[in-house]
Amino acid sequence: MTRTSGLLGAATVLAAAVLSAQAVPEIAFQSVATPDLLKFPDNVHMGEAAGVATNSKGDIFLYTRTGNPSMTLGTSRAVSHGGSRLFQFDRNGKFVREIGQGSYGMLQAQQVRVDAGDNVWVVDQMSTQVIKFDPNGRVQLILSRKPEAMRVPALPLTPLATGVPVVQKAAEGPAAGPGAGAPPGAGGRGGALPGAGAEGESFQRPTDVAWDKAGNIYVADGYGNARIAKYDPNGKYIKSWGSRGSAQGQFNIVHGIAIDAQGTVYVADEGNKRIQTFDADGTFKTQFTSVGTPTAICITPSQPQFIYVAHTGDPDGMEDAAIYKMALDGKVVGKFGSAGKEIKQFGLVNSIDCRNENELLVGELSNWRVQKLTLKAAR
Amino acid sequence: MARGLRFCVLLILSVQPLLAQTKAKAENVPEIAFTSVPNFFKLPADLYFGEGIGIATNSKGHVFVYTRSGDTRLLEFDQNGSYVREIGQGVYGLEFAHAVRVDRQDNIWVVDEGTNMVIKFNPEGRVVMVLGRRPEPVAGPFDSTQPAAPPEKYRFGRPTDVTFDQQGNIFVSDGYVNSRVVKFDRSGRFVKAVGDRGAGPNQLNTPHSITSDAQGNIYVGDRGNARVQVFDNDLNLKASYDNVGSPWAVCVSPPPNQFLFVSNSNPDSNPAASWAITGEIYKMELNGRIIGKFGKAGKRLGEFSTVHEIDCRNPNELFVSEISAWRAQKLILNTKSSTSSASLTGRVP
Repeated sequence: MTRTSGLLGAATVLAAAVLSAQAVPEIAFQSVATPDLLKFPDNVHMGEAAGVATNSKGDIFLYTRTGNPSMTLGTSRAVSHGGSRLFQFDRNGKFVREIGQGSYGMLQAQQVRVDAGDNVWVVDQMSTQVIKFDPNGRVQLILSRKPEAMRVPALPLTPLATGVPVVQKAAEGPAAGPGAGAPPGAGGRGGALPGAGAEGESFQRPTDVAWDKAGNIYVADGYGNARIAKYDPNGKYIKSWGSRGSAQGQFNIVHGIAIDAQGTVYVADEGNKRIQTFDADGTFKTQFTSVGTPTAICITPSQPQFIYVAHTGDPDGMEDAAIYKMALDGKVVGKFGSAGKEIKQFGLVNSIDCRNENELLVGELSNWRVQKLTLKAAR
Repeated sequence: MARGLRFCVLLILSVQPLLAQTKAKAENVPEIAFTSVPNFFKLPADLYFGEGIGIATNSKGHVFVYTRSGDTRLLEFDQNGSYVREIGQGVYGLEFAHAVRVDRQDNIWVVDEGTNMVIKFNPEGRVVMVLGRRPEPVAGPFDSTQPAAPPEKYRFGRPTDVTFDQQGNIFVSDGYVNSRVVKFDRSGRFVKAVGDRGAGPNQLNTPHSITSDAQGNIYVGDRGNARVQVFDNDLNLKASYDNVGSPWAVCVSPPPNQFLFVSNSNPDSNPAASWAITGEIYKMELNGRIIGKFGKAGKRLGEFSTVHEIDCRNPNELFVSEISAWRAQKLILNTKSSTSSASLTGRVP
């Protein structure tokens, strides 16, 4: 980078800082990216890096959209197959194994997270499912159900009068049968608010999962619904909150969720360009609007805890991107990175792992890539 | 007018399977204690169950699981749960599992609602007969919502299950699109069919499961109407048991003392309110008298997540396969005592 462009970049940062009424320091960092970072077997390739996460041993899990998702012809249902795979690597990037080969629910990867017990949870936007694998890679828990007949393309998000996108309700044919399911979107059963979803498990394009210390499960749901759904550790439904809109406690694409050690729930409300926080019962606490359009969120286990939020300001990941570091009270302590395809640039960050406060893993959609970022410690 | 009325009826009926949750009318039913065997099925590392759609045993105790994983697959395990083999890899008609049954000669029959096929494998795992015909691929994914009128003899509309009598006649429950039971002789030739969509005596609303007793009576899980319809061997209606909820799965154990098991499964869409009123399995005498019930909705071992098929070759050691939990369980029933609550063993996920 030339001195001039560096100065221009600094000026841009300053302009942004004026808008948010506080100067945001740049955090220096280094990056190592795939293919150097993760060593795939011959003839195994990653696609879009929807999810990346580590377990307590430092093993790396990658949930990636890879070829080829397919639909079947000559059948009574539009049955869908394949499309996403879950890989495990050790801390040095050596390939360990694939998990969930040929699994029913792995169609369009959306996220992977590892819980305190090193269980590996994947969230699949297309199958609408959350799948819990134990540390041995065996299925332990399933939330929601893959539609028997897949609706392709998915119903579009179109604006309400408020400008908030909503999934248009499809005409209901006389089709029926187990799992024919309600069409995505407008309110689930019983005339609930748009995006509030059905009480239970019928997710609509879910995006993320998190847990509190008691092991209760919180699902970000998602694109088609606009809610957080909460389950006990055995998967029994407790409650859900949220509907589609821009008021406090409403969402416009719930794209990520994370929970701090006190049990406060942080929700990346992408379309409303904010992070909202809630207590464990879903009562709104506060919101942060200083981190752009949040597409991924992670809270460190460090003491004190910090929040990392990926900002994605354009649909191609070529114009406007950064990762912000915040305190739990929303104070931005720094930011780093920019949009683009080079190392240290970000193309649609969809996932952040921050088990180590200064050594992040980020998964990118448009760059088919995972980067390991080593941050210069600010303290 | 008639057309309009029919359309209305269809629309109304169409809602019901989505809400296939019915609190059983039977009350004060004794609880049958049972345990679920932990980790019975030993899957190879790279093999996963998907939705547990079908399960059946043969005379040697081998267990066949017909599962919707990434592809629909038919897997065989021995009596100890060790993996034996996969059957029918890439077979033309395996696409969207619905049931597997084993006949008295240990032939393995699968019912596939994706391809509208019933496929008979011999004990060696080779295809020896097929019923129905898969739509040609040029048709694409087709609109399966309208039943053919009248239903065709040899074409199914998302069939659900198959059973056999002592003479080898074949009875197919058909299904989601059609609403009938079809009888074929042992050579696969059409004999008779009964039923159209509705709630009347000879009507059915999603006949979802079918089984038979040693006298050749046919028991149909008429799920959408929340009743078990009992037909004689010529498909004349004999009885109706409407007190055990929505029968997702029915199974009759072998003679001499035959029992009927019926699962009032919690729906696969898992609406929260359904867990309190569904999920249990009933044990009945063939005349409809309820002996007891066991199980409840839930995701832990020993709980049920939408039981889709029951194997009751041994009435005290059942196998159940479940949709929502992507699993199958082996259940040991305690036949000596009828205690107030089921005991659970095994790990809690």
